[in-house]
Amino acid sequence: MTSNSLLQIVFYMAVLIALAKPLGSYMAKIYDDEPVVINRWLAPFEAWIYRLSGVNPQQEMRWTDYAIALLVFNLLGGLAVFGLQSLQASLPLNPQNLPNVSPDSAFNTAVSFATNTNWQGYGGEVTMSYLTQMLGLTVQNFVSAATGMATLVALIRGFTRRKADIIGNFWVDMTRSTLYILMPLSLVLALVLVGQGVVQTFSPYQTVSLLERVSYEQPKLGADGVALQDASGKPELEAVEVKEQMIAVGPAASQVAIKQLGTNGGGFFNVNSAHPLENPTPLSNFLEMLSILLIPAALCYTFGMMVGDTRQGWAILAAMTLMLVALIFVTVPAEQSGNPAFSALGVDQIASAEQSGGNMEGKETRFGITNSALWAVVTTAASNGSVNAMHDSFTPIGGLVPMWLMQLGEVVFGGVGSGLYGMIMFAIVAVFVSGLMIGRTPEYLGKKIEAYEMKMAAITILIPPLMVLGGTALAVLLEVGKSSIFNPGAHGFSEVLYALSSAGNNNGSAFGGLSANTPFYNTLLGVVMLFSRYWLAVPVLAIAGALAAKKIVPVGPGTLPTHTPLFIVLLIGTVLMVGALTFVPALALGPVVEHLQMLGAVAAK
Amino acid sequence: MVKHLRPAVMLFIILSVLTGVVYPALVTGLAQLLFPGQANGSLMSAENGKVKGSSLIGQPFSSPDHFWGRPSATGPFPYNAGASSGSNLGPTNPALADAVKARLEALKAADPGNETPVPVDLVTVSGSGLDPHISPAAAAYQVPRIAKARKMSADKLSALVAAHTEGRQWGLFGEPRVNVLALNLALDALR
Repeated sequence: MTSNSLLQIVFYMAVLIALAKPLGSYMAKIYDDEPVVINRWLAPFEAWIYRLSGVNPQQEMRWTDYAIALLVFNLLGGLAVFGLQSLQASLPLNPQNLPNVSPDSAFNTAVSFATNTNWQGYGGEVTMSYLTQMLGLTVQNFVSAATGMATLVALIRGFTRRKADIIGNFWVDMTRSTLYILMPLSLVLALVLVGQGVVQTFSPYQTVSLLERVSYEQPKLGADGVALQDASGKPELEAVEVKEQMIAVGPAASQVAIKQLGTNGGGFFNVNSAHPLENPTPLSNFLEMLSILLIPAALCYTFGMMVGDTRQGWAILAAMTLMLVALIFVTVPAEQSGNPAFSALGVDQIASAEQSGGNMEGKETRFGITNSALWAVVTTAASNGSVNAMHDSFTPIGGLVPMWLMQLGEVVFGGVGSGLYGMIMFAIVAVFVSGLMIGRTPEYLGKKIEAYEMKMAAITILIPPLMVLGGTALAVLLEVGKSSIFNPGAHGFSEVLYALSSAGNNNGSAFGGLSANTPFYNTLLGVVMLFSRYWLAVPVLAIAGALAAKKIVPVGPGTLPTHTPLFIVLLIGTVLMVGALTFVPALALGPVVEHLQMLGAVAAK
Repeated sequence: MVKHLRPAVMLFIILSVLTGVVYPALVTGLAQLLFPGQANGSLMSAENGKVKGSSLIGQPFSSPDHFWGRPSATGPFPYNAGASSGSNLGPTNPALADAVKARLEALKAADPGNETPVPVDLVTVSGSGLDPHISPAAAAYQVPRIAKARKMSADKLSALVAAHTEGRQWGLFGEPRVNVLALNLALDALR
């Protein structure tokens, strides 16, 4: 690693941690309805929204009501995205006259965006009209993120309430998340990104002249539109000369801002933030990368503030940060060391002042190795899933880390809201396990952890691995699953495992070689995403309800403190133990084998 | 369930209008007002009013007297800015090594005497297929070929490359790079 590489990573982490407190305390005030400028300024507007919707903001809900409201609202969002895609050809704001999306792809995308996964089976600029991008996808980027944040806030109230049966109002938590947190941040970020060169326009795609003409051959079509064949049965080819370049544009910046901030990750263009019009400069890259972890990191502080002990929030943030940093220092050197197959051909992969060197396949020059590898770790630590380089072309170890980060359950920062509520589930397991080891009654934040909470926490931890491993097994057993694989050998297995890990933890990034836009994968991944989102959110709300009903036990000599370095180690241990034991066998068949093969090929020469 | 329907439907409609219409329209309005050039794709116009390209989108080059950019995996032709794409070739896929080998041979064929090791970004495809940049090393590697093709002094070419080299943003972010289209336009303007 170069010294600049180290500097960029340290600077990134420092800015992230420095922003956790100010943003975290702002969010805590918003959820506790304490006055901050914006929520007084917009208070009449917020009240008008509730009046029009028939919501009484003072009336809080039991956990069952909260869960039903969440599910109904998410169902509605999914149906709207499905409908928009299925009718886009006859709707306005479709300057490229893109056709309607096929039902299986539309189902997959609707689920994907409603569940905050933003897996993309389609290529943005060749599939979705401007209307679908805005009124379908951008809206879900906001409300699916707000759904995750609302669930988290409800869980936090479970800890702070005593002998209560209500945990807040879903409509209020969701509206405030959108109105006071996600929209203002997105507006500012979007404008800064436009200043760097991200496009934001409703004009059709632009045509420019090429300095050098290009020619290529394509199959010649007959008058009936069928490819012609010559006497020997080979397709007839015709030469095409290209003199112009058509550049896809659109209202990208507004969507890019929220897809980064809301840990959504669904790009405006096919190659996501590798596209120069979606992520044009190193500065835009830094800001987009910062936005991925900004809210998940700050929510740790919000959590600490709302439970009345900020040390609890810092402890969780420390556990997350330690895991993240350790894995950054695996991936960056792996990519920087390059591909031995290139070295064998005499290619120069050594980093210098003149080039970043390393494994540059699928990476952009302006980002080089450091920012591509850092982004890959950050986007999979969070359940963001946007990419600025092609993960399928990473070295085996460089690709293993993002895959494993997703498999850990998206709790190392994770999704907005969902990452922290996932991590709190692990904290519950950690206090339970350590309680058993040292003979203390398991308590977390003054609440006794009993059989019911443990069962629910176990469900949230076991559902994603079940989906990932079960889904992978199914896909590689069936011909229809294997036929979508692009790269040969162990890497092909990694493509399937990566896809299921991504869908099964609501991440959304991909080893893009896998042809996932087929009825089989659209359906399988769609179902997996649904289970992994709602079968986690509902048990979390159930725990919130159960905890709220309990009394608060005062801290005594028998209490295990949960803000100490010891607890941070316990928490990390629990996360890594579950993640490692569950996934090491599968990882051994994919990236580990490929890594050994890569080294073996060098040794053989 | 039923009591949640009205809030669900109404809030969904209100938030859809707010985040799906008002928000993108507001960003578009402000963007077009504050940064019209960037918001529309950073297009570069020539004196005759024709658009010469975008300063953010690369173009395909293969003639010996132009600097070549990153190889591109877009279909059906390289640098198709209507359909961005990477190669998605895995690191141990033999097709990747074959592709790199073919690109090395093309570079050697265009400049037989050049024995310098080829910088990696010149033989690997970019993530987007539209990468407008190459590394300064990749530009320096091509200077002897272009000097021969254009009968120019290598020093003059190197100075032109240096003038088109951007350092790290704010001295910290990203990597040093050379915009290939801008460099080639400057090169053609010398004649």
